[in-house]
Amino acid sequence: MRHYSAFSILRNGLSGNKHWSRAWRDPAPKPAYEVVIVGGGGHGLATAYYLAKEHGIRNVAVLEKGWLGGGNTGRNTTIVRSNYMMPGNTMFYERSMQLWENLSQELNYNVMMSRRGYYYLFHSPGQGDTARRRTNIMRANGIDAELFDRPEVMKRLPYLDYSENARFPIYGAAYQGRAGTARHDAVAWGYARAADRQGIDLIQQCEVTGYLWDDGQIVGVETSRGPIRASKVALAVAGHTSHLAAKAGLRLPIETHVLQAFVTEPLKPLVDHVIIFGAEHFYISQSDKGGLVLGGDLDGFNSYAQRGGLPIVEHTLQSAKALMPSLSRLRLLRHWAGAMDMTMDGSPIIGKMPVDGLWLNGGWCYGGFKATPASGFCFAWTIARGESHPDSAEFTLKRFERGYQIDETGAGPHPKAH
Amino acid sequence: MLRIECPVCGLRDETEFAYGEDATVRRPDMDEADVKIWHDYVFIRDNPRGPHKEYWHHVAGCRQWIRVERDTLTHEILGSILAREVAA
Repeated sequence: MRHYSAFSILRNGLSGNKHWSRAWRDPAPKPAYEVVIVGGGGHGLATAYYLAKEHGIRNVAVLEKGWLGGGNTGRNTTIVRSNYMMPGNTMFYERSMQLWENLSQELNYNVMMSRRGYYYLFHSPGQGDTARRRTNIMRANGIDAELFDRPEVMKRLPYLDYSENARFPIYGAAYQGRAGTARHDAVAWGYARAADRQGIDLIQQCEVTGYLWDDGQIVGVETSRGPIRASKVALAVAGHTSHLAAKAGLRLPIETHVLQAFVTEPLKPLVDHVIIFGAEHFYISQSDKGGLVLGGDLDGFNSYAQRGGLPIVEHTLQSAKALMPSLSRLRLLRHWAGAMDMTMDGSPIIGKMPVDGLWLNGGWCYGGFKATPASGFCFAWTIARGESHPDSAEFTLKRFERGYQIDETGAGPHPKAH
Repeated sequence: MLRIECPVCGLRDETEFAYGEDATVRRPDMDEADVKIWHDYVFIRDNPRGPHKEYWHHVAGCRQWIRVERDTLTHEILGSILAREVAA
């Protein structure tokens, strides 16, 4: 496993690129590990990496039923930001932002973190007041945030609809300059390679079908590649959390919903930032390949299917055209969907479960990708030390019993509304 | 696009309906004092990967609430009845 560097690119380029080694091994599962992480997406791989790096726990396996990063890690719209305002969320996402800043160097893998800035547009005085409040909360917590009025937004984003006919007139925008996008696959691959270098086994094509029990305690997992024992079993299986929790006899405050994303044919550079349309649930950015990446609403009913329906395609493209009329002639290249854990308050769950031996990292709703580094960091801490990291201390399962929901949107106990 | 069988109107597009919620959830009696029972009612769901009973409102049609059984993995509609028949 060689270190990646400018020199290695030069050397391999001169020798016909025949001598690159595998980025990670492909080991057969051992009969037992200290920790088994179920789910080989960004969160599971990051958890494995930080278990080894921060806590010296290297006897770890990551089990993935398909291929690494094949779930929501490879299906999101790649946005990274830390503009949360609820206590419990604010500093967690800011920790993630701080980890993103140095992630490529840390992992020796280019995750293409691009700090292109993030605009949240508002379309009424009331929405502007809410944006001001959020901006102030961020600043009070030492997070960069600015507020722009309409003339400033017109100067910065000249291609939006500012005409008399605009369905939702733009009053201004909240802005976070350190926010941006990262290459989602590279995040999974970077963490995978770094975890493998720490001696962690990444086992693909290995589906968990149940648990091994001893006296009411979970002591391992049944898999499609045989039983694997472990002192601690940690779930990081976005979208399928309820399904695997049910096998342990647990019912959770989660519904699984489907979210679509879209990419258009490639264009010359047009959208230099991430832009959120405040009037509808719609966001747009431009990938390095030139395609416009679009995101919108959930399909709106419980679904484990990793495919979406046409009504949302239409709805999302209507939003796109309302915001940027110049997109009307553009062709859509692809659209896809991911199944995600929508929790009852729109915030995640990280912690020990009421069943001994089982740990959970899930319930990420829309927000999983940006959280990947901090999620792995805090979950590893929780597993290693048996207590929550201060930054994820509020993400307990117990918060619902205590009436301490972290409800960023204020939508109440309706998973599809967050 | 789902095509949902409305017991009143027949087979209609999903866009005529608004999704309600999990239809297996039952509101506890108003004199129920056990916090756990209320907690489970408000927050906890089975969230099955497979057949799921759910309410839909035929809001752009006959305006009846109906209970649909739908597979959450394949989106296949397995049957539907009027919600008032569930409550009866």
